[in-house]
Amino acid sequence: MELKKLLTDNPGKKLFLLGNEAAVRGAVEAGVSIAATYPGTPSSEIGTILYHIAKDANMYFEFSVNEKVAMEITSTAAVSGLRSFTFMKHVGLNVASDSFMTTAYSGVNGGMIILTADDPSMFSSQNEQDNRHYGRLAKLPVLEPSNPQEIKDMMIYGFELSERFKIPVIIRTTTRISHMRGIVELGEIKKPVDNTLKLFDNVQWKKGFFEKNPDRYVPVPGNAAKMHKNLILKLENIKKLDTKLNRIYPSSNTSKKKFKFRLGIISSGSSFNYVYDFVNKYNLNMDILKLGFTYPFPEKEVLKFIKDLDGVFVVEEVDPIMENEVLSIIGKNQLKISVFGKLNSIFPMIYEFSPDIILNSFENFYKVADRTHDIKKIADEFSKKEININEYDRSTRVGNIELDGLIENLPNRPPTLCAGCPHRSTYFAAKRAIEELEISEDDVVFASDIGCYTLGINPPYQTADYLLSMGSSVGDGGGFSKATNQLVMSFIGDSTFFHSGISPLINGIHNKDEFVLTILDNRTTAMTGGQPNPGIDVDGMGDPAPEVSIEKIAISTGAEFVKLINPLNLKKTIETYKEAINFDGVSVIIAKYPCTLIKGLKKKKPMEIDYNKCNQCLDCVKLLACPAISIKDGRTFIDYFNCRGCTTCTQVCREQAIKVKLLKT
Amino acid sequence: MKDVFSKNPEFYKDSYTIYVCGVGGQGIIKTSAIIGNGAMNEGKNVVMSEIHGMSQRGGVVSTELKIGNYKSSLIEEFGSDMIIGFEPIEVVRSLNKANKDTKILININPIIPPNIGSQKNSYPNIDETIAILKDNYNHVHTIDGNQIAKKVGSLLTLNMVLLGAATADETFPISKDNIISSMKDNLKPKAHEMNIRAIEKGYENVKSLTNF
Repeated sequence: MELKKLLTDNPGKKLFLLGNEAAVRGAVEAGVSIAATYPGTPSSEIGTILYHIAKDANMYFEFSVNEKVAMEITSTAAVSGLRSFTFMKHVGLNVASDSFMTTAYSGVNGGMIILTADDPSMFSSQNEQDNRHYGRLAKLPVLEPSNPQEIKDMMIYGFELSERFKIPVIIRTTTRISHMRGIVELGEIKKPVDNTLKLFDNVQWKKGFFEKNPDRYVPVPGNAAKMHKNLILKLENIKKLDTKLNRIYPSSNTSKKKFKFRLGIISSGSSFNYVYDFVNKYNLNMDILKLGFTYPFPEKEVLKFIKDLDGVFVVEEVDPIMENEVLSIIGKNQLKISVFGKLNSIFPMIYEFSPDIILNSFENFYKVADRTHDIKKIADEFSKKEININEYDRSTRVGNIELDGLIENLPNRPPTLCAGCPHRSTYFAAKRAIEELEISEDDVVFASDIGCYTLGINPPYQTADYLLSMGSSVGDGGGFSKATNQLVMSFIGDSTFFHSGISPLINGIHNKDEFVLTILDNRTTAMTGGQPNPGIDVDGMGDPAPEVSIEKIAISTGAEFVKLINPLNLKKTIETYKEAINFDGVSVIIAKYPCTLIKGLKKKKPMEIDYNKCNQCLDCVKLLACPAISIKDGRTFIDYFNCRGCTTCTQVCREQAIKVKLLKT
Repeated sequence: MKDVFSKNPEFYKDSYTIYVCGVGGQGIIKTSAIIGNGAMNEGKNVVMSEIHGMSQRGGVVSTELKIGNYKSSLIEEFGSDMIIGFEPIEVVRSLNKANKDTKILININPIIPPNIGSQKNSYPNIDETIAILKDNYNHVHTIDGNQIAKKVGSLLTLNMVLLGAATADETFPISKDNIISSMKDNLKPKAHEMNIRAIEKGYENVKSLTNF
């Protein structure tokens, strides 16, 4: 899709949009002036698109060095009267949380939306934390869209809510919503630029004005106490709102009463889609209350919905948050309604849901219900069950024994470092140096970090032994060096180093740690799709920007061993690793070579195998696991279409059998 | 086992679900967005799910499209009306979405996993794999998509060759013309001509067959 379509003021027009594209459209329609992020999947595409269209949308956009700074950029914009938008993956909010908690206290003037994209089932994350808790922790409203149209609409609604109550608003998506495509009907674009407020001619976005008010904006203890009180009052007022975001989907089946008792369903987000389809597919007599505004929890609407029911299902992904709210409402009102959710093992406690999981869960319920026909007995039976943390057990396939054999013995296809990826060469060299120094693998701890290079966990590299979070490899390096006598090798990417690797490096130097830190500088934030970072000479607006030198930062921390190398030169890299390992203290190696996916790089000539020299030792296949090298018709083979000509295999080959491909095929 | 619930035929009226699978870099997400866009242009409701995995390229990629009354974008077990497979073993990996009557389109060109040297399982023989699939499913159609794409002018058109092939099936809910116009909405103008040829060649390849 052409990105320009997201900017066209064409109300009523329908586009088939990704959830993340719909978020961008929402920001455009709402007239956002300032947006900031640190890239993280499943919300990455929002930033990638804004990078391309911010200027045309009269918006300032930046890839901040980390989520905390992005939070600060957008909070200050909002108190200066501008609409601002920050978005991040769920764990990004952990990084931003310090400023996030206080921005709830100081509040906003222009609307502010914080979009957090959770990742149930951890498709690309280190945990599946449920960020709805953050709404409760910070006391900020939480909106939960179920599809791209709702993401866009909730952006608009969220800004209005935010301005009306002077409070930042959280939109919580999940991977399945951010990476869902659906039909989105466009709305009107609010005119974003008020030229009268422009302070400088070279600025393309609207500027605001910050009116001083330390009582409100500086949370010294006396002020903070008042601010907290004020926040509670705001929430109380928000509770009184009538919102269309919570609505009942009545069952189309009113005749078929299967049981004497009445059942209903409360759901939100992606789970709502599954239960809606489920109820309608089987034409069941159950109304669904869909909650789009989930914090402050809509007690009155929920009470009204459940009070005539005998049993209510609460269907939500990850943590039983709404379920506990419903139980609390039932308790407060001394009602006799059975709640069926995660706490009594109707639904699994972990991972994202699917149509099959929902069907399976309701089947289990109905089997018991058909037997007992008594809601109390059903509730008793389920409350005795152990917590449900089982993976959904796929039913047997419809096939013969040969098919079963084929499926059972299918090779896996884990994500891999790309052909020509410089990380492969770095990992190969580091491990070769360890081998040549005759250090046993068990005596080396590899502290890894968040990025493509985490794929080093897989054979043949096996260079990831411990990982906590963005930037953790550096602090972990220090920790292991104090806790053990093992050799510690930390690996961190360029963007991740800027994000949160610098402070722990200072810590390591000051505390006399001993580890080898490799900064894998591939000139981009590769894992999330190739966004710029402070080490690149371009900023989030696509404008030229000062390039911040990783080498100078490393030297300025006081590190005495700082070497900049080209990892594609294996011999030199191996030698450098040997020196670094033998160095007393923190040694820093900057392995600098651009990611092969960066557009516009000069294409190098692909390699080929000279079968007269190749002795089929398979070193190139087994030691490198390069996607361009495989075994075809019983012998090694280089796929010239995939080969990026990095020459790593040429240098690894002991028979000098890999050369630049001569003939054009 | 007797089913606990019975299906409501009204809900399934005009529904069609497509599972697209292969390897990162083959153009799977673009193909699926073009199908979805085409369905929308025909006035149909459509939802789609895509997962961007850990790896930029080379990992398993799949998308799910549901046309009809659905709100959820995930296809049920055994629930695909069609599977468009860009790579043979990725089709095998997707079979929990297939039933006996699923239309299964397979590009026969394997992409060997780069870690094949360090794992227990080997890449299965293609002919045997296809034979097993044909024994178990009623509508398995193989296509040498890579060869057709190269003839059209670039291996990069593989995805449109396979999409063209899919449109040739009578059950496919979107017309070839609408697919072409949706392709034009989604690809740069200079790529249109070659991709139209790719769609046509894929279409012809399937039309020449009777059992799909």
